[in-house]
Amino acid sequence: MAYDYEKNIRPGKLPHIWCPGCGHGIAMKGLIRAMDTCGLDKNNTAMVSGIGCASRLPGYMDYCTLHTAHGRAAAFATGIKMAKPEMNVICVGGDGDGVAIGGNHFIHACRRNIDMTYVVFNNYIYGMTGGQFSPTTPTGDKASTTPYGNPDPTFDISKLAIGAGATFVARTTAFHATQIDKLIVQGIKHKGMAVIEVLDDCPTTYGRRNRFRSVVDMMKRLKDIAVPVAAAGKMSPEQLEGKVLTGVLHQEDRPEYCEQYTEVIKRAQAQSE
Amino acid sequence: MSQNKGKAKIEVIEKYCKGCNICVAFCPTNVLEMDGFVVKVARLEECIKCMQCELRCPDFAIKVHDA
Amino acid sequence: MAKKVALLQGNEACAHGAVYAGCTFFGGYPITPSTEVAEVMSVELPKIGGAFIQMEDEIAAMASILGGALTGAKAMTATSGPGMSLKQELLGYACIAEIPCVIINVMRGGPSTGMPTGPSQSDVLQARWGTHGDHPAIALAPSSCQEIFSETVRAFNLAEKYRMPVQVVFDEIVGHMRERIEFPEPGELEIIDRTEPTVAPEDYKPYDTQFGDVAPLAAFGSEYRYHVTGLNKAEDGFPTTKAELVDAEQRRQIRKIEDARADIESNEEYQTEDAEVIVLAYGSTARSGRYAVDRLREEGVKAGLFRPITLWPFPEKRVQELAKQTKGIIVPEMNLGQMVLEVERVVARDCAVELIGRVDGEPITPTQIMDKVKEVL
Repeated sequence: MAYDYEKNIRPGKLPHIWCPGCGHGIAMKGLIRAMDTCGLDKNNTAMVSGIGCASRLPGYMDYCTLHTAHGRAAAFATGIKMAKPEMNVICVGGDGDGVAIGGNHFIHACRRNIDMTYVVFNNYIYGMTGGQFSPTTPTGDKASTTPYGNPDPTFDISKLAIGAGATFVARTTAFHATQIDKLIVQGIKHKGMAVIEVLDDCPTTYGRRNRFRSVVDMMKRLKDIAVPVAAAGKMSPEQLEGKVLTGVLHQEDRPEYCEQYTEVIKRAQAQSE
Repeated sequence: MSQNKGKAKIEVIEKYCKGCNICVAFCPTNVLEMDGFVVKVARLEECIKCMQCELRCPDFAIKVHDA
Repeated sequence: MAKKVALLQGNEACAHGAVYAGCTFFGGYPITPSTEVAEVMSVELPKIGGAFIQMEDEIAAMASILGGALTGAKAMTATSGPGMSLKQELLGYACIAEIPCVIINVMRGGPSTGMPTGPSQSDVLQARWGTHGDHPAIALAPSSCQEIFSETVRAFNLAEKYRMPVQVVFDEIVGHMRERIEFPEPGELEIIDRTEPTVAPEDYKPYDTQFGDVAPLAAFGSEYRYHVTGLNKAEDGFPTTKAELVDAEQRRQIRKIEDARADIESNEEYQTEDAEVIVLAYGSTARSGRYAVDRLREEGVKAGLFRPITLWPFPEKRVQELAKQTKGIIVPEMNLGQMVLEVERVVARDCAVELIGRVDGEPITPTQIMDKVKEVL
C-alpha cells in the first residue's frame, strides 16, 4: 500500500520548493521508486543536477548529491563516473538546463555511451527564472520572452539523445506515473547512457500563458498526447499528428565508455612493462 | 477492484499539500474534495485503493493505507 | 643511485609533476600552448590506473575534474587564455564549494584568440579576479622547467590542504622551452593528501567549522553522504540565504587563505640585500631580470631581483619591506600593467614603481630592463 518515499529523502527537507501542481514531484516519486526497485546503495550512488527547478531534486535525496552549475550536470557526472566507475550515477535536470546551455555536454555523454541514467524533466519552459521559452517550448506558444508567440523550432529531446548515440532512450509523462519508474528501472539497469524524458507540466509559468486553465487541464493534455510506441505502428500519420511516442524508443548494445577506458589502461600498462 | 472498497485509510499530510487538485480530479470514485487550499477525504467508503491519488500527488502529501 | 634525468619541456615537466603529486584524474581540452600537458597525461595516467578524459569543451573539462575530485581523486586540467576564460564559471564553483583541484594556465596573448603561440603574462589578474564574486585565490608562477615540476606538486599540496582550486600560471616561453630536469625520488618532495573526516557519518558536515577554517572533505562513494551546491550554503552544505550564515561562510573562505599566507607565500630574492633598485619579475621575465641584475652589478649598479612565485596571495609584506630600503621597483611583465598595480598598491609611496610592459609576443629583454633601471636611478 502506501509507498515509503521518506526513507530516500533527507529528514526535514519536505515540502519541496515546486509550485502547486508541478509535475516534478510526480516524476521525483517515480525516480525514487525506480532507485528502490534497483536497490541502489545510497553511499555508492551520486545524483547530479544542473540549475533550474528540476535540478533542485538531488538536494532532497539522501544520496551523494551534487547540484552543479547551469547545464553542467552531465560533465560533472562524467568526471565522477570516470574517476569511480563503480558508482551509480543519476543525472536529473530540465529541458533548458539539459539541451540548451547543457546541450553540448548532453550529446557528448550520449556519444560516449558512459554508464549513467539521465532523467530529463521536460516542462517546455524555464520555470525558475519566470517562464522564458526553452528549446522545447512549442513554436507559436507564449513565454515571458516570446510575448508575440515563439518563433523558434523545437528540439525533440529523445530524438536528440538517439541521434547523439545514447543506447537507451525512453519517454513518458508525469500523467503516466507508474510508467516513470518502470522506464527508469530499465534505464538504470542498462549498461551505457540511458536517457528518460519525462514530459511534465509547469502550470505557473507555461500553463497560464498557454490556454491551460488549470493543472488538471495540463495533466489531461499529457494523457491525450501520449501514444505508446506499440500502438503508433497501427496509427495513420493523421492520427499521430500532435502526438508524442512513449515507452522505450531506442535500445542497443554498444561498448560502454568506462569499459573502453579499462581497455586503454590495460594497453598502456602492457606497453610500459 | 471493487472488492477493496471500504477498507482504506487515506492520510493527508496537510503541511505538504499545496492544493493543486490533481488527486481530486483523477480519483475515479470521487473520494476527495478540496477544502480551501488543502485536500480532504470526503467519501472514504468509496475508495477502491487504486492509488492514483498517491501516485499523482506531486507533493508527497497523500498516502493510501490498508485500514 | 643517480637520479633520473631528462630533457623536458615545461609543459611535460608539469604533467610529470602532477603524477608525482598523486594526480589520478585529468580532464582536458586541446588548446595551444598547453596541449602537451594533456598529451603527457594521456600517456602517463592509464599506466598508473588513473583516468584521462578529453572532454567536449573547456567548461566540461573543468566540470569533469570537479566531479573526479569529489570522488577523492587528485584532479587537474590544463588550458590557456580563451580556455581559462571559459573555465571561470566552474573555477567559481570550485571556490564556493571548496573542491580541491589544480588548473594549469599556459599564458598566451589575448584577449580572445589573440596570439596562440605567442607568450604573454596577461592572465595574472584574471587568476585573481577572473571568476565573479568574492573568493580567495592561490596562483603559482614558476619560471623554469624544474620549478614547474615542483610548483605543480606544491599546487596539489595547497589545493588539498586548503580545499580549493589552485592555479599554476606560466607563460608560453616557460611552457615550451626545454631544460634538464632531475626527477625527485619518491618521498623527496612533500606530498600532502586530503584530510578525510573522522566524525560519524551522521555527524558529518562538509563545511564544519569545528575543525577550523578548512573542513575535512569526504569522498563520494565513501560512507559519508552529503550535498554540494554552488549556492551560498551553511555548514551542512545546504543552500541558505540567511544573512549571518552567508556572511560567515564568505568571510571564512577569505580568512582561510589570509591566515595561511606564511605557509603559502613563496618568493626568490637575488642580490636584494643592498639593492638600490629592485626588478620585480615572475615567469620567464624573471630570467631576463636575473641576467639584467648580473650585468648591472658588473657595471657597479646595485640592482636586485625579487621574484614572487606565489602571485596570489601576493607576498606584500616582503615587498613593503623592500620598498623602504630601495629607490625604485621595476616591474617588467608581458602585459600592459597588471602585477604592477598590486606592487603600487602595497608599496604606496615608499619608492618609485615603474612598469615595463610588452604585448607584441616577444619576450622582455635584459637590455630593456637595464635601460629602465638606469632611467630610475
